[in-house]
Amino acid sequence: MDAMREQQRQFLREIAEEDRIRKSQHMQVLRLIFIHLGLIVSALLFLLPFYIIVRNALMTQPEMTAFNWSWWAKQTQWENLTTLFTDPSAPMGSGLLNSAIIATMETVGQLLFASMAGFALARIPTRWNQAAFFLVVLTLMVPGAVTFIPKYIIVSQLGWVSTLQGIIVPDLFSGFACFLFRQMYLNFPQELEDAGRVDGLGYFGLYWRLSLPNSIPLFIALGVISFIGSWNGLLWPLVIGQDPSSWTVQVVLSTFITAQTIDLPELFMGAAVSILPLVILFLFLQRYIVEGVVHSGIQG
Amino acid sequence: MSSPVNSVDTVPDTLPIRRSKRRLRPASWRRTMAFWALMGPLAFGLLIFFYIPMVWGFVLSFFQAQSTVFPTVFVGLDNYRAMVSDYYFQQSLVTFALFALFIVPTTFALSLGLALLVNAASFLQGFFRSVFFLPTAVSYTAASIVWRMSLFNGLPYGLMNMLIGFFGVAPISWVASVNPPWYWLVLVTVRLWLQLGFYMIIFLAGLQDIPRNLYEAAMVDGAGSGWMTFRHITFPLLRNTSISVLILLLIAAFQAFDEFYNILSGGNVNVARPPLLYLYQVSFGQQDFGHGNAGSFLLTGVIVLFTLVQGRLFGFGSSDR
Repeated sequence: MDAMREQQRQFLREIAEEDRIRKSQHMQVLRLIFIHLGLIVSALLFLLPFYIIVRNALMTQPEMTAFNWSWWAKQTQWENLTTLFTDPSAPMGSGLLNSAIIATMETVGQLLFASMAGFALARIPTRWNQAAFFLVVLTLMVPGAVTFIPKYIIVSQLGWVSTLQGIIVPDLFSGFACFLFRQMYLNFPQELEDAGRVDGLGYFGLYWRLSLPNSIPLFIALGVISFIGSWNGLLWPLVIGQDPSSWTVQVVLSTFITAQTIDLPELFMGAAVSILPLVILFLFLQRYIVEGVVHSGIQG
Repeated sequence: MSSPVNSVDTVPDTLPIRRSKRRLRPASWRRTMAFWALMGPLAFGLLIFFYIPMVWGFVLSFFQAQSTVFPTVFVGLDNYRAMVSDYYFQQSLVTFALFALFIVPTTFALSLGLALLVNAASFLQGFFRSVFFLPTAVSYTAASIVWRMSLFNGLPYGLMNMLIGFFGVAPISWVASVNPPWYWLVLVTVRLWLQLGFYMIIFLAGLQDIPRNLYEAAMVDGAGSGWMTFRHITFPLLRNTSISVLILLLIAAFQAFDEFYNILSGGNVNVARPPLLYLYQVSFGQQDFGHGNAGSFLLTGVIVLFTLVQGRLFGFGSSDR
């Protein structure tokens, strides 16, 4: 009798347990649905501005400003691209070229000088290391944008206002990148350095042949971040590029928002053209960019 | 056979010794040379384009420097006094404070939310991450074009106005309207779109560093609900990441310039002018480098102070990273 009751109880308990699991599975499914719904809605919101740029860039002005919303141009206006580049009042072609030169040279220069200095600070012990490192770290205390007025003074004294070197050269020296390279090279295994020495490498050889090839991921990560930063920068090119010949693509676009003399589809085509190179870069190098963001995030 | 070998051997035997006595310097000297050859370019660059400008600017801030960088009239602390009591400079700091009070917590919460969502996604995780991250590639200028000329266009064909038109609300001139200050909505949303993905990535990295077995242990201990695990495991373990994100957000808010310049320019730019924009106008609109420099050193002081205080508050540095 007791045994049977015990069995019955056991059975009821199992049913309850199964029910609980089924319920929690229902909860789990519901949770996943909510999560993915949230993701899809957010993704659509995030993609909306990209869509707007392309839609407007390929429309005619009356179509774009019509009161009836249309999702896509009746006839895709690829001519807007030619209009943009042949517009004598908008130096878009030279703006793109300037931006490409500036972003490339700043990226290469920053990486080269910062990695050289980072290697020296980490792997060549002299009595100057601490002082030099202190001078590098001190520059990190001051946010870059605040220094634009003092920096302008030096550039104007060098006679570099409205020149590309005026925009490029002051931004070639990154204390932050140097800091990251130093941290990286500090963790470089001593055995590898010793092996390099046995093979007859001096300090330059160790830097060029060993350290540099072994820190390529950091190079790409910092490189892409730096390229995006200088391609998208506005304040510094705005201060230095006072003549249209030295305008970057951002300055050109910014000028035409304010001027409002330009065709709206042309303006959006300009925005599209300015974004495209970076979006391509992004899609190909995303893994490295994520790494770079995490690096710069950790720095704080 | 052996004699030429011998002769070859003896000649260098004597020569290098003599040469090395003349040429060889201590190893420490060679090291110093190598050090400066590699360190030199950056050190020189920082000297010319950071330290000298900072000192020069600092000196200028004590002079009357209208349209000149070689001033002669020493005015002591007058520029600083003028800037501190300058109504527009004060307003720009108020603008920053309002902006930061809203944008810092909002970006923090939303980017953490996005990171949690993406982390919990069971399919297309990489796709969602890319979509949220992609705006990081877009410049403030290009985004301002979309926001000002299309999304928040004050005319009836602007997307927002069409949206509220569905509910029978009359079009609002988002950028030009001062009362109520709708332009804040424009400024804040453009920054959110551009920044959220960046901070989401940092949070994701933090989330992926949390050991899985902690969650399993919590399950065993009966912490079933998502909120409980977030409250007691995820959020405490994201402490260091959270501190970094807060500091980065605050510094970014301090340096806000682009979207204010692009969205409000040509209209009511003076209604919301962050400090950097005001200093830009003082230095390059009015060519007043004395006040401009005084202002930028005041601002630098405020930023450094803020970062230090924030660091102290959250115990930055004593972290167990």
